Amino acid sequence: MASESLGMEAGAEKSDGLVFHPMDQFIVKPFFGEGAVGTFTFTNSSFWMVMTVLAATALLVLGTSGRSVIPSRIQSIAELCYGFIRKMVEDVAGKDALPYFPYIMTLFVFIIFANFLGLLPGAFTPTSHIAVTAILAMAVFLTVTVMGFVKNGAGFLGLFWVSSAPLPLRPVLALIEVISYFVRPVSHSIRLAGNMMAGHAVIKVFAAFAPMILLSTGLGLLVTPLSILAITAVYALEVLVAFIQAYVFTILTCVYLKDALHPHH
Amino acid sequence: MEGDIVQMGAYIGAGLACMGMGGAAVGVGNVAGNYLAGALRNPSAAAGQTATLFIGIAFAEALGIFSFLVALLLMFAV
Repeated sequence: MASESLGMEAGAEKSDGLVFHPMDQFIVKPFFGEGAVGTFTFTNSSFWMVMTVLAATALLVLGTSGRSVIPSRIQSIAELCYGFIRKMVEDVAGKDALPYFPYIMTLFVFIIFANFLGLLPGAFTPTSHIAVTAILAMAVFLTVTVMGFVKNGAGFLGLFWVSSAPLPLRPVLALIEVISYFVRPVSHSIRLAGNMMAGHAVIKVFAAFAPMILLSTGLGLLVTPLSILAITAVYALEVLVAFIQAYVFTILTCVYLKDALHPHH
Repeated sequence: MEGDIVQMGAYIGAGLACMGMGGAAVGVGNVAGNYLAGALRNPSAAAGQTATLFIGIAFAEALGIFSFLVALLLMFAV
């Protein structure tokens, strides 16, 4: 496997060289002590989810506790965050989606804090696991589906019946629409987890590469600084991706919500 | 040596799966490029379309992520 080949090249020359696998950072292990991970084990993933919730609570509670007319820095951030999501819900899903704004705000704040805290060196990113993002995506999918039927009754099925298309084409389109509807939670969750996992793995690959080439070849002094520069560049990209993926997850939730509220094409 | 040919196939497959990332790159570039072209023609309408831009990028990118996932599965799960 790739891990062994990465490890072996470094290990063959210097047995005490840095040997780690780029995917090692995603291993879920108990936070306290060793042992197997059971259903109720407090893992490193749980720990960082708790940190995420604490950080989000801290921002919003501290930010709004002052309630000054001239906002402090933290109050500005909290207000910016609130206003940003509220405008997104209103623009994308429409005014009648505003009752669902708290749910969407919760999703956004949770994901963005999980992504950003995961970028701290040594931290674990809960959102890099499909197990976590799949729960978020399935919650959105089930909420939106149930709500679509509750609000529109059987009229919700109009989402699959493209009335603007020529009649012979409609059954075919309906089939495609049904498939694409059920693929939504899959792509919704894999997009977030995949982006997070890919970025962190790339950083780790460069991080493993830098000491490895320094130890093994004469070119190391030239290549290692480049590799470290690459880590910095990829890290900067990851900060951007962490925000964009939280944004994309929320905005897609808004799009799905709009489909549930107004299912007619 | 029977097991090795399976592993070789998995590695080749993982490499082939990476070509999907190139497709995603073309797709994302296409979305962003067309957005920019449209935005330069009518800058006043550009701000309202950033959400659409990001949704388009997300859809194009997701397929690249799927190919990355296939590569990962071939490397570590097969």
